[in-house]
Parts: sequence; C-alpha cells; structure tokens
Amino acid sequence: MDFEFFIQQLINGITLGGVYALIALGYTMVYGIIQLINFAHGEFFAAGGYMGVILISYLASQGLHPYACLAIALVLAMGYCALLAMAVEQLAYKPLRNASRLAALLSALGMSIFLQNGLMLTQGVYDKAYPTEITSGGFHWGLISVSYMQIFIVALTASLLVGLNVLVFKTRIGRAMRATAQDKVMSALVGINSNRIIAVTFAIGAGLAAAAGIMVGLYYGSVSYTMGFVPGIKAFAAAVLGGIGNITGAMIGGLIIGMVEIFAAGYISGEYKDVFAFIILIGVLYFKPTGIMGENVDDTRV
Amino acid sequence: MTIRESKKKWLACGVGLLWFLILLWPMLGITPDGLEFGNTLKVFGYVAVAALIIMLFYQVQQAGRLEAAERPLKAVGGAIQAAYEKTPTWMVLAVVFALAVIYPLLTGRYAHDVAIQVLVYVCLGLGLNIVIGLAGLLDLGYIAFYGVGAYTYALMSLHFGLSFWLCLPVSAFFAAIAGCIIGYPTLRMRGDYLAIVTLGFGEIVRIILNNWMALTNGPNGILSIPRPEIFGYSFRSLSSMYYVILGIAIVTIISVYRLNYSRIGRAWEAIREDETAAELMGVNTFLLKLLAYAMGATFAGFAGAFFAARMKFVGPESFTFLESAMVLAMVILGGMGSIPGVILGVLALVALPEVFRELELYRMLVFGGVMTLMMLVRPAGIWPAKRVGRRSEEAE
Repeated sequence: MDFEFFIQQLINGITLGGVYALIALGYTMVYGIIQLINFAHGEFFAAGGYMGVILISYLASQGLHPYACLAIALVLAMGYCALLAMAVEQLAYKPLRNASRLAALLSALGMSIFLQNGLMLTQGVYDKAYPTEITSGGFHWGLISVSYMQIFIVALTASLLVGLNVLVFKTRIGRAMRATAQDKVMSALVGINSNRIIAVTFAIGAGLAAAAGIMVGLYYGSVSYTMGFVPGIKAFAAAVLGGIGNITGAMIGGLIIGMVEIFAAGYISGEYKDVFAFIILIGVLYFKPTGIMGENVDDTRV
Repeated sequence: MTIRESKKKWLACGVGLLWFLILLWPMLGITPDGLEFGNTLKVFGYVAVAALIIMLFYQVQQAGRLEAAERPLKAVGGAIQAAYEKTPTWMVLAVVFALAVIYPLLTGRYAHDVAIQVLVYVCLGLGLNIVIGLAGLLDLGYIAFYGVGAYTYALMSLHFGLSFWLCLPVSAFFAAIAGCIIGYPTLRMRGDYLAIVTLGFGEIVRIILNNWMALTNGPNGILSIPRPEIFGYSFRSLSSMYYVILGIAIVTIISVYRLNYSRIGRAWEAIREDETAAELMGVNTFLLKLLAYAMGATFAGFAGAFFAARMKFVGPESFTFLESAMVLAMVILGGMGSIPGVILGVLALVALPEVFRELELYRMLVFGGVMTLMMLVRPAGIWPAKRVGRRSEEAE
C-alpha cells in the first residue's frame, strides 16, 4: 500500500514536474539572453490555457475528431502566445534594453498585471472548464492508476523538450541564440541580428508556456485568469534551482520542484504545498545562488 | 521631424494596431457557437481611435505646430512654480495641514472613507519608499508586513484586551521583526533575485495566515476587532478614525523625511547608487539594508494595525500580491525616493479611481499599464526625487 502510494505520487510528480519544466524554460532562456525576470511569463502560460479551451470548444462544435481538435488547438495556442510574447517584448522590454534593471523589472511586472487583467476582462472572472472527455480513461495496476492524460502530458512534454534541445544545440538559429546570450556585441559583429534573436527567444519560451497551460487545463479540468501567478513563481524557482540560463538545469529543476510539491502534499501537508517550492527557492539562492547545474557561462547558455 | 521619420512612426503605429487586433480577436471572437466579430471590432475601434488621436497629437507637437498653445501653458506652469518656490515651505505645509484638519467638517461619509484609504496608502507607500526608493531594494512582498501589523493588533486586542495605542507600537515592532526575518537571508542576493524571493516570502505569509486555523481563523478571518479608545472616548465615527490615521500619516511623513536627510538616509542612498563604493567608504551595508527593511516594515505595521481597527475585520484576502503591486505602482508613479511624489502617486491611484467609479473593472488593468508606461516615458516618476544618480549596475 505504502509502496503503491509512493509510485502513484512519483507518477503525479513527473507529470507536474514536466509542466513546470516547460514553463521554467521560458524564464531561463529569457534570463540567459537579456538578464530579465520576465514576470509576464506566467501570463503567457495562462493565456495559452485559455486559448486552448477556446479553440478546443470551437473546433469540437465544428464536429472535428477530439484528437484533431487537441492537436490543432495546441499548435494555434502556441502560435498565439508566441505572437503575444513578441508584442510584449517589442512594447515593454525593447525600449528599456539599456535602462536600469529595476526599470525593466518593473515594466515586466506592469505587463504581467496588465495581461492578467486583460484576460479577466475578455474571459470573465469565473473559471473556464476544459472538456475532459477527450482524454478520459487510463490504466490501473492495483491501486496505481495512470490516466491517458498523464501519458499524453508526459509524452508531449518529453517531445517538446527534445525538440527544444535540437533547436538550441543543432540548428543555426540555436547557435545564434547561444552566441547572443554569451556576448551581444560580438555576436552583432559577426552578423547576428540580436533584436530578432531576442524576439525568437521570447516566442519559443511563450510557445512552451502555452503548451504547459493547455496541459494544466486538461489535467485540472479548468483554467482561471489568476492561474499564471503561482506556477510562474514555482517555475522561476525551478529555473533558479537548475542554474538560471541553463536549459538542462531548468528541465531538472522543474522535475524536482514538481516532485517536491507532490510529495510534500502527499506526505506532509496539502495546505502548505506551495510553501515548499518557495522554501526551496530561498534555500537555493541562499546557499548556492548558481543552482545545482551551475549558472552556465560557457556556450550552452541561452 | 522629417516626413520620412513621421511616416515610419505612422507605420509602426499601424503595425502595432494590426498586431493588437490579431491578439484580441481570438480572445473575444471565437466561441463554441461560432465566430463573432462585432464585439472585437467595438473594442478595437475604441483602442484604435485613442491610439490615432494620441499619435496625431504627438506628430503635431513634434512638428512644432502646438507651440502657440504650449507657450501660455508653459508660462502659467512656470509662474506657479516660481510662486511655489518663493513661498516659504512652512507656509505651504501649514495650508496643507489646515486643509487636512478641516477636511472632515466639509465633506461627507463617503469622502471620509476615501481620505482614510488615501492616508493608509500614504503610510504604506512611504514605508515601501524607504526600501525601494532610498535603499534601492526591490521588495515585492511588502504587503506581508501590513498583514503582520493588522493580525498583531487583531489578536492582541481580542485575546489580551490590550488597547489600540499600546498595540500600535507592538504591531510595528512585530512587523519590523518580520522585516528582519525576511531581510536577513535575502540581503546577499542580487537585485532581481531579491525581487522574486521577497515575492515568495509574501506568499508564504499569506498562505500561513490562510491555513493556520488555530491562530488566525484561516480564510474566515478575525471578526469584531475593537475600535481605538482614549480616556473613555471611543473612535466610533469615521471622521474620528480619519484623525487617527492623519496623525499616523503625519508621524510617518516626518520620520521618513528626517530619515531621508540623516546619516542613515545618506548611507541608504549611497548603497542604492553603488553598493561596493558605499562599503569602501565605510558604510555598514549589511546592517543598513537590514535597517531599511525593518524601517519600511515598521510603517507598514502602523498602517496594518490601523487597518484592522478601521475595518473591524482582518482576513488573508486583504494581503495578496496584487496589493503589494498596487503600493509599488503608487511609489513608482509618484517618483521613487520622493515624499511628495509618493503622496501624489497615492492620490492618483486611490482617489482618481474613486472618481471614475463605473470603470472599477479596469482599475488593475490601468495600474499595470501605468507601471509599464511610466518606466518607458518617465522612469523617475511625476515628482522626481532630488538626489538620484545612475545606479552602478546600469554600467554593467
């Protein structure tokens, strides 16, 4: 019984951790490239969740197969959030590239509040329910149960993470991103358009966050306009834990934070589960500010 | 401005509007019942017209066509400023003070309520101003200290029957202790890590308030907190409560002013401008940063105790992150490090929304927008502080 409970928690932890990893990647990539905590990132995640439910309900009403709905909604929501992130970057961050860090940080915070309330005004204050029948059902081994949804989430997360790694480490644009993160002036000298690369980085990060938003919506069955805030901080904690600017670190950090949250909720206290992520964040920053994987300064940093 | 630059600006404006439409339509237009355009076009129409009008004004002003209208305005502004500079400061302060004192006699209940709110936020804003404006430490969990102050008074008065006036310093003391507890581990961190950690601490405090049923009664909050009393006179009416908070606010203003121009204030500003240089000059940066947290928290504790007495109720919902962000927006809008600036910022963000009551829904949207906009166009705020230099980290 105890062992089965443990395995069940492990599976839940991997599911949640994968979602946090996806959000954390956006933070870590943006921080790596322009040294800014993108507070609005949690709102991209929420916008992705909303876009998902909007598109899935619309496409389902058009009589499409549920899986086709899900696939199309996923792609479109990721594209939508990429556009949103590029707009936010252009409007609120680009003019402040040479201003003080405090100014950029406050601008990001303002954008976060703005977007959150924009979501509230367009979508209403009540939670929006996700159609759950798409991914109902699952496997059962004794007391352990794995829903199709969890398998779907883990599989999608894994493929997105692999895809991102290929993009960053194997393609031209990935090389340009790494170069810009290392040294903006030098990369500009060899002909890399750093403004474009930064916009692309924001777009990729927001796309991943949108995918995470849809998965959270499917997993918990609803989305709300405030949903971006707490997962945003937790994902940031994950990024810091893994060493900010370090892509592999963010993935591992996300998994750890997800595991800790699930196990703390399962074994210690469900009410204080959010506190543990913050305590980890504070502990890491206090004892090892560069994170477990090290704040990368060599060429793997993006 | 040449024609070409002007054209470029118009093009950017057009592209921006188009982009906005693309982002807006999916949120409003796609419904399970089908695609819909009317609502989107209505919202887009308002925004587009506003943007075009602003753009037009900007272009005309840049081209120098508005000078005929601008000149008299500037002359009036200059005259007012000259008059303000000529009158001795004490006279201005005396007039403001007199107005503040007779204010409740001239106005009704609703106006008292707004004024009390303004003064509470003045205390909070000035306290945060110490942390962010003077010492340059971005604190996103500031409202936690307000909460600590409020709960301290609520619990002390209910369980031990202590009077408001005794609890006021005790609340401030507990808030200051909380400030030190939060400040101590965070002081080693760089600016942006500090922001996120204070945010985390603020959330921790709120979660504890929400879940510690035995002490705080959880999400139900604490009810029937007594009003302050003095020699048998109970501050029952709103106008008498107004005088209490007016007193607290005046004490806050004077203390922050005195702190600002003391040795400690100068040391804080040195830390803000360049921490390494300050340390080299013999400033004990660690102790002073901790003191900045503690002092900021103290004023939040005063305001919190008053808040509990005024509402007769405290609940964890009053101390969310949005509240922190609101106080922060006030400080930024007014001008970090500037006392009149912060007061102006509070007036702008508390009193103005009361005037436009029917637009209540858009309040936080505007707060967020104002925060970003101020950073873009006027980072020093409406009434900038006099002594602000370039931060050392900007040179990196």
